[in-house]
Amino acid sequence: MKPQPDTVQHVTGFYDLADLQWIQALSPEGGSYSVRIKSLDDLMERDKRREKDGFPRKIRIGKLVKPGRGGKDKVVVVPTTVEEKFVHDPNFKEQAEGGGSGGSGEGEEGEVIGEQPVRPEPGEGDGAGPGQGEGSAHEMESNAYDLGKILTEQFSLPNLQNKGKKRSLTRYSYELTDRHRGFGQLLDKKATLRQLIKTNLALGRLDPVGGLDTTDFLVSPQDKVYRILSREKDFESQAMVFFLRDYSGSMSGKPTEVVVSQHVMIYSWILYQYAGQVESRFILHDTEAKEVPDFYTYYNSRVAGGTKVAAAFRLVNEIVQKENLARDYNIYVFHGTDGDDWDSEGKEMLPELEHMMTYSSRVGVTIAQNAYGSGGQTEVQKYLVGSGWLEEKKHLLRLDVMSEDAEEARIIEGIKHLISE
Amino acid sequence: MELIDQHSKAIMEGCKERARDAGLRFEDETLEYIVTNRDLLELSPKIMIPTMYDYWVQDVEVLKGKGRYELYPGNPFETVINTRPAISYYNDNNPDWLNVMIFYHVLGHIDFFQNNLYFRHTWDDDFTGQALADKRAITRLRGEHGRWVDYVIEFARSIDNLVDFHGLLSNLHRPSRNGVSQRMDFYFDVFLQERKQVRVNDYVKEIERYNACVREHGAEGEDVFFREVAVRYPEFAAMFEKAGRKQPDQGRDVMQFLLDHSPLLEREENRWMQDILQIVRKTSLYFQPQIRTKIMNEGWASYWHETLFMRDDRIKGHEVDFARVNAAVTAMPRVGLNPYALGMRLFAFIEEAADKGRYTRDFTALTDIEQRRRFDRKTGAGRDFIFTVRENYNDFLFVNSFIEQDFLDRHRLFVADKVLDEQRMVWRWYVKSRNAEDYKAMVRESLYHPPYITVDLDKTGEDTLYLVHHFEGMPLVAEFIHNTMLGLEFLWGGKVTLETTEVKSVKKPDQPVQPVLPGMAPAPGPEPEIEWQRVRYVMKDRKLGKGVI
Repeated sequence: MKPQPDTVQHVTGFYDLADLQWIQALSPEGGSYSVRIKSLDDLMERDKRREKDGFPRKIRIGKLVKPGRGGKDKVVVVPTTVEEKFVHDPNFKEQAEGGGSGGSGEGEEGEVIGEQPVRPEPGEGDGAGPGQGEGSAHEMESNAYDLGKILTEQFSLPNLQNKGKKRSLTRYSYELTDRHRGFGQLLDKKATLRQLIKTNLALGRLDPVGGLDTTDFLVSPQDKVYRILSREKDFESQAMVFFLRDYSGSMSGKPTEVVVSQHVMIYSWILYQYAGQVESRFILHDTEAKEVPDFYTYYNSRVAGGTKVAAAFRLVNEIVQKENLARDYNIYVFHGTDGDDWDSEGKEMLPELEHMMTYSSRVGVTIAQNAYGSGGQTEVQKYLVGSGWLEEKKHLLRLDVMSEDAEEARIIEGIKHLISE
Repeated sequence: MELIDQHSKAIMEGCKERARDAGLRFEDETLEYIVTNRDLLELSPKIMIPTMYDYWVQDVEVLKGKGRYELYPGNPFETVINTRPAISYYNDNNPDWLNVMIFYHVLGHIDFFQNNLYFRHTWDDDFTGQALADKRAITRLRGEHGRWVDYVIEFARSIDNLVDFHGLLSNLHRPSRNGVSQRMDFYFDVFLQERKQVRVNDYVKEIERYNACVREHGAEGEDVFFREVAVRYPEFAAMFEKAGRKQPDQGRDVMQFLLDHSPLLEREENRWMQDILQIVRKTSLYFQPQIRTKIMNEGWASYWHETLFMRDDRIKGHEVDFARVNAAVTAMPRVGLNPYALGMRLFAFIEEAADKGRYTRDFTALTDIEQRRRFDRKTGAGRDFIFTVRENYNDFLFVNSFIEQDFLDRHRLFVADKVLDEQRMVWRWYVKSRNAEDYKAMVRESLYHPPYITVDLDKTGEDTLYLVHHFEGMPLVAEFIHNTMLGLEFLWGGKVTLETTEVKSVKKPDQPVQPVLPGMAPAPGPEPEIEWQRVRYVMKDRKLGKGVI
């Protein structure tokens, strides 16, 4: 029997190798995450500026995935950018084979000499970022969950307060906080000295009056105080998110698409960012409101009759009161509509909203405006603006108005507006 | 960054002496620095030039470096930079014997930088000094023009591979005129051949007539000759004068062309952009020889660190340590390309072959394999020969001239390729060919080669900048075209056109399923047929259009 072919780990090209790491085994260390995020903000800010100047965005939020055992892949989110030039494209043949390489050693022509697992090339960030603009082929491929990861880079729930930290789930962090005498990872010099003084005081080797001479100290191994790694449970604030959607007759088609895709993004982001700690509730309304059990139903339910926004808000208020949610949860409400409301002056709606704002951390209303609509402001927009709360209670109430054929980038912008601090 | 201590510096000076004795030639002064990981993070995106200008992409690169390191340690960056004096970087805790090896390696690089003719244009200046001045200039411009400076840098960098490096070299190496006037050059080289396109016969007759004039009239000969030319071609004088006023612009250097002719850059308020383009162009030209001599440079340095280390008397007792490190660096990988290993072996092979006198007609005329094997003229000229190679060749010439079947057989090299095993989701690497020509072709394919894009001088005018991509069998990366042309439109200040070639369709010929022997890869099917088409991209008002020609 022939011996099994070797495993081929990594195939190098001429330009992959250079002195410092190849001969001297030097490579830069990774900086801390916080350092990265700070500059990431600056970079994103700069990238946003580009659009205003009329150039396409350039920074993508990519992720590097290191395959690990048992599906425990490690994901590191990094910004990436490409400096576009006119360069040759060696992959034009559209073949799976890719390019050949060199080799040395035994083996006849045609003989298999090694195997290499097929997996994404290391190093290249393959995440689709929000900044890509339109037209790039692979941007919509990322599914909701991936999208959540990316959005995570830019958003966090606003006004998060410490309320009933009941949930800890599986989150732990490791910190050098525990002390241990005798051995450990890091000598705590101050604590050690304190301990030494105690011991030596007890032994009478220390004269508190006439100056301190540490060279006379007896140092017992037991007096050395170390810091050791400790596992800390992270208790997180809990939050509940209500998704409200108008599924009345006027919503059919594009407005629904826009609202739903925005809610998909928010939902997937929350799913990822607050892994299971955020509960979501889903409410559909026309003139009546009803709660549906899951996002799937929420997402897929089809159009019915007229429109009364107030019904949905009333239902939320009822649920919150009945289940006494306000005490233990940060509550967020996202509402999507095309702006139609039979209650055209908001007589029913506004009181409900006012009550809602007493307990919620943020109410975000999205209006996907019909292109053929009245041209001016929709009813919902009119009475929300008229109420003055958009200015007055800016930290609690947000309104985002976009056209029904908004692009993905616009939708993401909308989310940012809805949840920004 | 701090300099190495005196102890290590003394070791370095000892290495220099020994390297000089062996024939390497380099300037006396060098600077050696200790770098920490922190330094490396900042330096590696600046290609180890500490004074390189700041640019935000470097920040992203830095971040990427940080992120990537968490997963896959190691980005390529060099130990030595080609400056005056040459600067090299070291790890803090290298033992002395390892430093000896690295110092020799570094001296090999420095010798290469300072003697290989492809680096000719970098010999007269110190790049760190220049870069520092450039960095300050850019900082000052940023103060005046804000983020627009970064846009211009971005657009300039997007075409920094379209510089005429070989044109620059050609000018530097052009021999001085030996008593032949420009008028003569123009008449015989340009006027008769290009403008008049005379027949060879007539051309030779003109030469003879010139020789006759010189014989008859001595120093006056040339004037007498041109008197008749003036009668025969009255337009010659005007043409010559016109040509003399301006160097013929071939449009090979797109960046230089923009600098000279862009209507936008010529405007008074945009002059500062020219400075940036100059800086980016200069930086690009500075790095061009380095990337075109990677195999030779690393091979040469490896050849010398091995040769010199082995005979160094100061490292007794560390032969085994050295052997381990050296083997790790210069081993031929089972699959993959290693410039250190390939270059070093090729230099050794060339030296041996030249020692035996094989680069002669006597040897190449031999057909008998046994005679070829035994052929040895014992010329002892091998060392001198590789010094000539290190002076005059670049990677392409090096590989193309010296890789031969004997070399492949000696080191058991082959071209490797892979096929997908769909059931197990693995690539199966197999030996594709042990033929020297195939191997050479594979290496050539892996070499750096920017696309050959020139300005079409006839079609470029008031309304458009017209670029032509001279097709060499490989299309451009399509998704980069938009942004690159966006930058070009900005710098030109108007419409930009690019003519290039793209894949129209790929037809995979059917192949019968053949039985595969266990342990063997399936026989490669016939190459797919590719149909090409010439297309024209037009960028106008930041909108890209495309049409088939």
